[in-house]
Amino acid sequence: MSDDALRVPGIDKIPLALIPAIALVALPLIPSLPTWVTLTVAGLAMGMMIFIMASGLTLVFGLMDVMNFAHGAFITIGAFVATSVLIPLAGWTQADSLWLNLGAIIPAILAAMAVAGALGLVFERVIIMPVYGQHLKQILITMGGLIVAEQSIHVIWGPDIIPLPKPATLRGSFIFGDIAIEKYRVVAVIVGLAVFAAMFLLLNRTRIGLLIRAGVEDSEMVESLGYRIRRVFVGVFVAGSALAGLGGVMWALYQETVSSAMGMQVMILIFIVIIIGGLGSVGGCFIGALLVGLVANYVGFLAPKIALGSNILLMVLILLWRPQGLYPVAKR
Amino acid sequence: MSNLLALAGVNTHIGHYHILQGVDFVVPHGGLTVLLGRNGAGKTTCLRTIMGLWQASAGRIEFDGTDIARRSTPAVAQLGIGYVPESMGIFTGLTVSENLTLAARDGPLDERRLDWMFRFFPALKKFWHLPAGHLSGGQKQMLAIARAIIEPKKLLLVDEPTKGLAPAIIAHMVDAFRELKRTDTTILLVEQNFHFARTLGDTVAVMDSGRIVHSGSMNDLADDEAQQQKLLGLSLDAHQ
Repeated sequence: MSDDALRVPGIDKIPLALIPAIALVALPLIPSLPTWVTLTVAGLAMGMMIFIMASGLTLVFGLMDVMNFAHGAFITIGAFVATSVLIPLAGWTQADSLWLNLGAIIPAILAAMAVAGALGLVFERVIIMPVYGQHLKQILITMGGLIVAEQSIHVIWGPDIIPLPKPATLRGSFIFGDIAIEKYRVVAVIVGLAVFAAMFLLLNRTRIGLLIRAGVEDSEMVESLGYRIRRVFVGVFVAGSALAGLGGVMWALYQETVSSAMGMQVMILIFIVIIIGGLGSVGGCFIGALLVGLVANYVGFLAPKIALGSNILLMVLILLWRPQGLYPVAKR
Repeated sequence: MSNLLALAGVNTHIGHYHILQGVDFVVPHGGLTVLLGRNGAGKTTCLRTIMGLWQASAGRIEFDGTDIARRSTPAVAQLGIGYVPESMGIFTGLTVSENLTLAARDGPLDERRLDWMFRFFPALKKFWHLPAGHLSGGQKQMLAIARAIIEPKKLLLVDEPTKGLAPAIIAHMVDAFRELKRTDTTILLVEQNFHFARTLGDTVAVMDSGRIVHSGSMNDLADDEAQQQKLLGLSLDAHQ
């Protein structure tokens, strides 16, 4: 075999290059540089939040072959649980002290992730487990689960939209000359990068990550090696639900409102992202989310009427180029 | 010689299909038993049923004195049974090193065992950091077998290891199985290539239509051409 065969192939860089390419294509179309910078940061922040919400779903699909339409329910529940923590602590969130703000936000995020994760555990055991391998039933039962969750939220928190102001220290912008960058968007980018880095390290540097990656490809073979992959399934489902809860909190603070339909609304973007990225691929999900965030913001500015359609067009174009997504996951 | 594995009246249904219809055969301790038969005879189903990948609907599968017919796949594997499926089951997105690391359930890779394995699978050392999806068919088969034996196993189930491989690679595979036999690993090999099977096998069982139609010594079957024609028919001609 030639030396070429011995070369360890690196990551496919073409999908990575799409992000700067789209930003550069948008540059001459946007009237001013400060607007372009603002839109780019807004797009990246939106993409990071979508990534946080979508990463669990793509792993669940890749590992368990389950298309969970109720994933949006965990996003909504996370947002509502955080709201329940933050409203009584309004004095802390509205204070000009970073520490008081964190003292309110961190417990709210932990509570949202814990409740979403716990509900994920119950959901997997009671609703998903009986329909493993039965896609039509999965779609029907998880859609049903989403509707039940929405109605349960109406019962517990009421049907009205609840305002959720950002903590005082996350309001406003960083100003660099003519360029204004919202503080909350910077935080969203940092949190998104931290989640991605944590997932990357978990998947690539740990034994459990090795198991998950192998399980995404061929769960039967992992079992034949003596591992109880179903326990990993449950762990991934719970972690994915908890991440959806975290994403729900971030999305709610971004929108500054919470509604029972928010999970359902954002699911359209999440499905586009995981399909673009390649079902089961965390790296693909990350790139797909950033692309969707950028395109939504640029097109939303240039031609607001076709903003949502632009993401569907993006998905179609990417699937015409790579029918299995940007980073296809080899499946048995 | 005592039996390490014994199947008695094993039936397996897949959906509405009744595939194994009362399979009885034994795998003696320390030897290489070949399971022969035409396509669709039930050989692969037999291995998958032993592994618990498809549950037996009736019958006993006794391994080392324990009935494993109702056990889950991980529980069967944890008893010391290695499995190399017909598809090889390589994790193509993982490197050679990661494939083997994952298979070493008891901890880090044993350097001495790795060196021993590299003697008959040298390509694995050469391509240690390469994703397994980039290996050739023969190298993937070597990795599949190496993965199954990266830790000592009591029983190794191998499904058609020569399928689609070039003669030179098959010769290499023969050497590898001979080396394995020397380590006292009991092997149950599903095969259609009778020459390969005859070279390695100590005992043989022949399947047809979900049942065992012959079992005995490989030497006896190898010496009896009429019996070979009767039992293996077209598959013998096709794979010699």
